Amino acid sequence: MPRVHIKRQKFVMPGRYILLIITILCIALMLLTFFTDAVSGPLSYVANYTIVPVERGLNAIGERFSLRMEEWQSLKNVLSENEELKKEIQDLTLEKNQLIADRYELQELRDLYGLEDRFGEYDKIGARIIGKDPGNWFSVFLIDKGESDGIRKNMNVIAGDGLVGIVTEVGPDYSTVRALIDDASNVSSMVLSTSDTVMVTGDLKLMDSGEIRFSQLSNQDSTAAVGDEIVTSNISNRFLPELTVGYISSIETDPNNLTRSGTLTPAVDFEHLSTVVVIRELKVTSDLGEDQR
Amino acid sequence: MKKRIFILILIFISFCLQCTLFKALSLGKVGPNLLLMLTSIFGFMGGKKDGMFAGFFAGLFTDILYGNGLIGFYMLLFVWAGYVNGMFNTLFYPEDIKLPLILTTCSDFICGFLTYVFLFLLRSKLDFGFYIVHVILPETVYTLVVTLLLYKPVLLLAGLFDDDVPGERKAKDV
Repeated sequence: MPRVHIKRQKFVMPGRYILLIITILCIALMLLTFFTDAVSGPLSYVANYTIVPVERGLNAIGERFSLRMEEWQSLKNVLSENEELKKEIQDLTLEKNQLIADRYELQELRDLYGLEDRFGEYDKIGARIIGKDPGNWFSVFLIDKGESDGIRKNMNVIAGDGLVGIVTEVGPDYSTVRALIDDASNVSSMVLSTSDTVMVTGDLKLMDSGEIRFSQLSNQDSTAAVGDEIVTSNISNRFLPELTVGYISSIETDPNNLTRSGTLTPAVDFEHLSTVVVIRELKVTSDLGEDQR
Repeated sequence: MKKRIFILILIFISFCLQCTLFKALSLGKVGPNLLLMLTSIFGFMGGKKDGMFAGFFAGLFTDILYGNGLIGFYMLLFVWAGYVNGMFNTLFYPEDIKLPLILTTCSDFICGFLTYVFLFLLRSKLDFGFYIVHVILPETVYTLVVTLLLYKPVLLLAGLFDDDVPGERKAKDV
């Protein structure tokens, strides 16, 4: 049996050596990717043409299903809702007319002051969420737009009128977004009414209640209170100014008596998020290197 | 070779499902860890090398797309999980479902613990009790249930693609 003989002679590397090699490789990769961007570039290309299309397809199927379900459920409520909405329209038409008048006045005053309209002028692009972090520790998700759509690292992501997160990785046709509620997320913000700066930090512990934490609110003579709006601050180096983060839901004085901290309810419903908008504008043009970890 | 390709495809499919379908099926924002389950199953079923092979790709996929710029962490975790599970290859009998359940549960718990230590404890998130009750244990239980449901199908499928001669398998993993 010559074939068996050849097989016996063949050198087979023991499992533990392979393990050792892979361990060293992984540690080297970790160090390399932590300090540089050398490896993730080519790898993201591979992922772009293998995993991302499949996730996109799966997501499309899932969405079609959930849409059908929603259609069935909503049909029941539609009739009664219709009545209510008709009444509401009347009220709103009145209000709208008033607001239009105000708007003209605002525009005039703005022209007088030479102020530019800050909102709505950003170059935006819509994107669909196609996948979420496979683990249970972080709130990172994948969107179906990437470098070829002009998305760059550190661009801000919003939905509706609230901040969703920030782009942390960009592939050719996908990008990774770290949500506001992610445990490793930090956003330099301020209370809109008093302009006090605060630090908004995601916390896995508050994930169930859907809230996020804020801290470092000055206790000196700040009048910030529950219900106040928190927006991204002017001094943040990654987030564009005055994007709504959320509303203060609880507030308490820290043991050091100098600062206050508490929780806020995000303006965005992260549970039912399926599409987001990426603002194609960076706060700074230079690469900051390390992400917001 | 046929088996390796089968492992790769199965890991690929379950990665895609875990990021999409199982996120929608998550209970209390916690989903099962299919990738670790498969790594573990291939580990004790096919030996250390199959386990490491499965773990390598499971970790690689996670790292590339969701590693946030740190490639290697999940790869290391999963490869070790595959290797350690491979050590139980000699105790493995396909008919016995106790060993697979015990091993996947233990693997999931230990990996959850290590993830906590390296990604949370090192960022001074000290409340271990909270994380164990709200993340690690639910995930372990969910994975246990999924293993119970998927173990037999995976076993059957793997049998179809098995290209090892039964006697040879044990000799390879000394």
